[in-house]
Amino acid sequence: MKEILYILLPNVSAKPNEIIDATVQTINMMVLSGAISLIFGLIFGVIVVVTSPRGILKNAFIYNIMDKLINVFRSIPFVILLAALIPFTRMVVGTAIGTKGAILPLVFGTVPFFTRQIESALYEVDKGLIEAAQSMGSSPIEIIFRVYLRESLPGIIRGVQITFISLLGLTAMAGAIGGGGLGDFAIRYGHQRNQTDVTYATVIIILIMVSLIQGLGNKAIKKTTH
Amino acid sequence: MIELKNITKTFSEGNISVHAVKDVSLVIDKGEIFGIIGFSGAGKSTLVRCINLLERPDAGKVFVDGKDLTALKARDLRSARKKIGMIFQHFNLMPSRTVAGNVEYSLFGSGLSKEAKRKKVRELLSLVDIADKENAYPSQLSGGQKQRVAIARALANDPKVLLCDEATSALDPQTTASILDLLQSLNKKLGLTVVVITHEMAVVKQICDRVAVMEDGNVVEEGDVFSIFANPKHQITKDFIKTTSNLQKIEGLIASGSDVAKLKPGEVILRLSYKKANTSEALISEVSRKFNINLNIIYADVEIVKDAPIGGTVAIVSGEKSDIDAAIKYLQDKEVGVEVIKDERNIVHSLTKCIG
Repeated sequence: MKEILYILLPNVSAKPNEIIDATVQTINMMVLSGAISLIFGLIFGVIVVVTSPRGILKNAFIYNIMDKLINVFRSIPFVILLAALIPFTRMVVGTAIGTKGAILPLVFGTVPFFTRQIESALYEVDKGLIEAAQSMGSSPIEIIFRVYLRESLPGIIRGVQITFISLLGLTAMAGAIGGGGLGDFAIRYGHQRNQTDVTYATVIIILIMVSLIQGLGNKAIKKTTH
Repeated sequence: MIELKNITKTFSEGNISVHAVKDVSLVIDKGEIFGIIGFSGAGKSTLVRCINLLERPDAGKVFVDGKDLTALKARDLRSARKKIGMIFQHFNLMPSRTVAGNVEYSLFGSGLSKEAKRKKVRELLSLVDIADKENAYPSQLSGGQKQRVAIARALANDPKVLLCDEATSALDPQTTASILDLLQSLNKKLGLTVVVITHEMAVVKQICDRVAVMEDGNVVEEGDVFSIFANPKHQITKDFIKTTSNLQKIEGLIASGSDVAKLKPGEVILRLSYKKANTSEALISEVSRKFNINLNIIYADVEIVKDAPIGGTVAIVSGEKSDIDAAIKYLQDKEVGVEVIKDERNIVHSLTKCIG
């Protein structure tokens, strides 16, 4: 077994600790920035939907500001966002490099995306349900928590799935500012030192992560759909 | 119980504005089943949404149980809404909740203990006869069952009013009948005031006490169901009644030259319609005997609306002209509507003259 690995992945086998570290860094970045993004995305998504022209708390002012801001941040390519945010990151976190420095740009890159995911999940809730809830005397807060968020749960989980998978892609890019992780690992060894097996190994690890996210998500969707 | 005063509602999107309800005033009494009928786009769904202010009218006032809803603060309006149940064409049950969960939804904030809520839910579900589906999800139910759950949910806070927005329009005729039966029995059992929005005259006929006919945002005719059926004034009302009666088919038969509508000289086709609740008298055989005429019935369509027969007869009448005229006069005196559909009495005169 060990011999086969040495033959197939000579460069990876030479630095087992480094690849494990890189994987842990990637998971770290994902979990931290993912969790923060979920919270903000959920809040923003709900705000956009309820303040929209047909929403339960219609408010053109808030809606327009949110909508435009999301569009602005979504149109900035992530690599540029990474560079542009360096001064801000340094101010807030104290450093712009390493895993710690990568979290903030990752959040900025993910929140608008996840907000849109939440938005489309919430828009899919049947208008009739909202109307029924209103006819039963539910308050807007009640409608948000007891109807919107609850009835769109499968859609929200689908959004989380997609977001985490795209976040995984972003963490690889965050490696470019010394964020570490699998992307950084693959570029440093696989690309710059032409150790192709390192590239393949990271692809396989990322593939496993994607499958895990997809599988767990699908299970959760199945459980919440009636 | 419900009073709508000069309700006006306009929807506008961009430059296009739709005047959905135009200055409508209605009074709906306590404990009655009130129908609002109209073709789609007539404004009836908007009007019913004005009752619980799901749509806030641009002008006008809404009184329910003596309270001016248009003057209430958001919070008070919400508690007023708990006393106005509503059911919908597409049921609008929450797919993520079980049948019991859906009913329990509206008990949130009622102050009942968990036990009391469960007891209340069970009572409601057996009231609408669907207690065995307590743990099923809406997706596992048929349309009729879903509507029953929706009714239970609407009744959870012991409302005094139930608004039904096309509640049977998505159901097959048999299920429609059973849901209407249920609404009627709830109306009797709980003294519930029921407002029924529909485009089907059959629904009005089966359960309503009074009805308002809407067209193009206006209420064009209003009255108790029997007199509306017996004596429709507005064209749209007549159109609606046609949809539930065979008596109008005679014109079609004549136009297509059907054999059943062919007359011999001296005969006349009459449409008799009963306008008062007195049709239990044997009028047809009576005029036949009294005036020595023959009545050949082509159609008879009599239904019981609000415990009184309504409808009429289309018949070919033959006999002496003077006898027929006298019979018509007699029937009119008895307040039976008489329409001469096709008349060949005069041909008889010229013929007899020639022979004479």
